[in-house]
Amino acid sequence: MNIVVCVKQTPDTAATVTVEGGQVSWGDSPLVLNPWDEYAVEQALRTKEAHGGHVTAISLGPESAKDALKQALAMGCDEAILISDPALAAADSLATAQVLASAVRKLDPPDLIFFGKASVDSASGLTFAQTARVLGRPLLSQVAAVNLVDPDGGSISVERLLPEGREVVEAGLPAVVSVTKEINEPRYPSFMGIRKASKAEIPTWDIGALGMDSAPKAKVAWPEIFAIALESTSCEMIEGETPDAMAAKLADRLLEEKVL
Amino acid sequence: MAGNTVVYIDHVQGKAPPAAWEAVGAGLALKDEFGGSLKAIVVGQGVEALAAQALACGVDEALFGEDERLMDFRPEAYASALSGQLGDADVVLFSDSVRTRDLAGMLAVDLDTGVVSDVTALEITAGQLFASRPIYAGKLISKVHAVDARPLLITLRSRAFGAPAASGSGQPTRIDVDPGDPPTRVIELKPSEGGVSLSDAAVVVSGGRGTSNNPSLVPPSDMTDEKDIEIWRAHQGFKLVQDLAAVLGGAVGASRAAVDAGYIPYSHQVGQTGKVVSPDLYIAAGISGAIQHLAGMRTAKTIVAINTDPDAPIFKLARFGVVQDLYKILPPLTEALRQRLGT
Repeated sequence: MNIVVCVKQTPDTAATVTVEGGQVSWGDSPLVLNPWDEYAVEQALRTKEAHGGHVTAISLGPESAKDALKQALAMGCDEAILISDPALAAADSLATAQVLASAVRKLDPPDLIFFGKASVDSASGLTFAQTARVLGRPLLSQVAAVNLVDPDGGSISVERLLPEGREVVEAGLPAVVSVTKEINEPRYPSFMGIRKASKAEIPTWDIGALGMDSAPKAKVAWPEIFAIALESTSCEMIEGETPDAMAAKLADRLLEEKVL
Repeated sequence: MAGNTVVYIDHVQGKAPPAAWEAVGAGLALKDEFGGSLKAIVVGQGVEALAAQALACGVDEALFGEDERLMDFRPEAYASALSGQLGDADVVLFSDSVRTRDLAGMLAVDLDTGVVSDVTALEITAGQLFASRPIYAGKLISKVHAVDARPLLITLRSRAFGAPAASGSGQPTRIDVDPGDPPTRVIELKPSEGGVSLSDAAVVVSGGRGTSNNPSLVPPSDMTDEKDIEIWRAHQGFKLVQDLAAVLGGAVGASRAAVDAGYIPYSHQVGQTGKVVSPDLYIAAGISGAIQHLAGMRTAKTIVAINTDPDAPIFKLARFGVVQDLYKILPPLTEALRQRLGT
């Protein structure tokens, strides 16, 4: 099977994020493979292990995003491609989807395209649905389990984790699958994997290499980003001789302050 | 600047979540400021009542389109049914859900336009609509506007906008829609255990690793594996969390540490890699308050922290703090609130 996994490089979730001159800064915190995308990479690798094939990781981002792709390679992806072009710096989710779709069309036609459920930085959670729509392929989002992949019959059956329950859905291949955290436990890169990834040459495709005349124009812009000051609440400590007394006092205070 | 606003009514098989009406409320507020018209639209099967409800909430016009292929929500079919109906809109509002993210994303492709998800505030400055959304797990706010494209599609975070009172009435308008054949098939829905949805809940009670720390519990004698005993203890702790949530009509949340330790399913996780909640009251029991957890609940109106460690970061965000073991304080707190609230 040909499998593509789309990933993004993000700051670590523990990073202290600030805004300096309208630019987001995360200080010395490392940039990592978007934590949600680890589940997508893992699922791509498991699919390959079950059915054979080739896993290509692709990412849109600056040159530094090669580090995230190297992590995907270290986990076991066969190939990685960076899409990078200064003209894409302001890409919104639609432009990103259009670019990813163009990259997918250049590859050997994939049977499955995996995404994580969102990025932990901009957290739009839109790109996978838009990529599926641009490609005209069925979307399976919020996937918490893959029940069956049938490469010969060209079908996939998954369980989607929704607020109202687990929905069992079938689709024909090729399909776009975005996965949630419940689907698997991502592996740690092996020592051999890390060595292999460190030597890997990751090609960079620009707009021209994608066969696009110009970068797709973003339909939204975000000229203003600001930090929200944490409201400095003064915490009222509830004291009491016994837990019962503390509980009674807390209950009274919640009612007095009309919280309940 | 006058603009035409359309509100899409999100639903599952004709049943709308509370947030669907919050989107109508946001639409009414936008019309007040923006001028123009406010239309509601819903597609599905058996959705006329939803359109009528939108009219009762005060929209100018409510359209509904029905087709048996729209019985189950499939984003492709819903997008195809809707894309031809939004031609004169400047703004389309959706309540945010797993459905509308897929739907709005696909509609933006069909209409070659911009989409913004998880928006918590709308404002008009110099005739331009700005949609604010939290990024970096709520550490920052990004203000987004459309660039030479319309309509701007916006999904609104649950509980960020007020729902209107329904008092009027009117006759919704049936429209013809063509959803095409959905490319995916729903085989079955295994319903979840029920309970209150985390993102819609006015009260959330969450447990952390501290749920497994009650030393006075004696595990069943045939239980010898240490991990089994730890999880058994945590289940007893989460029972107390559940009891309190039940008295308050609230939902049960959890920290990532509790989810990763196997104490409770991931669907309960609150935080950067879980759900973002914004209830009136958030009670954190046995949660120290890692930055990733705070990201998921910091916009709660009132936070109560219960922790044995007085230096736990969660107290910095809390309005009320109790330095106490959760298993000692939760049962009397549940009882005290039960008496006072008569629930």
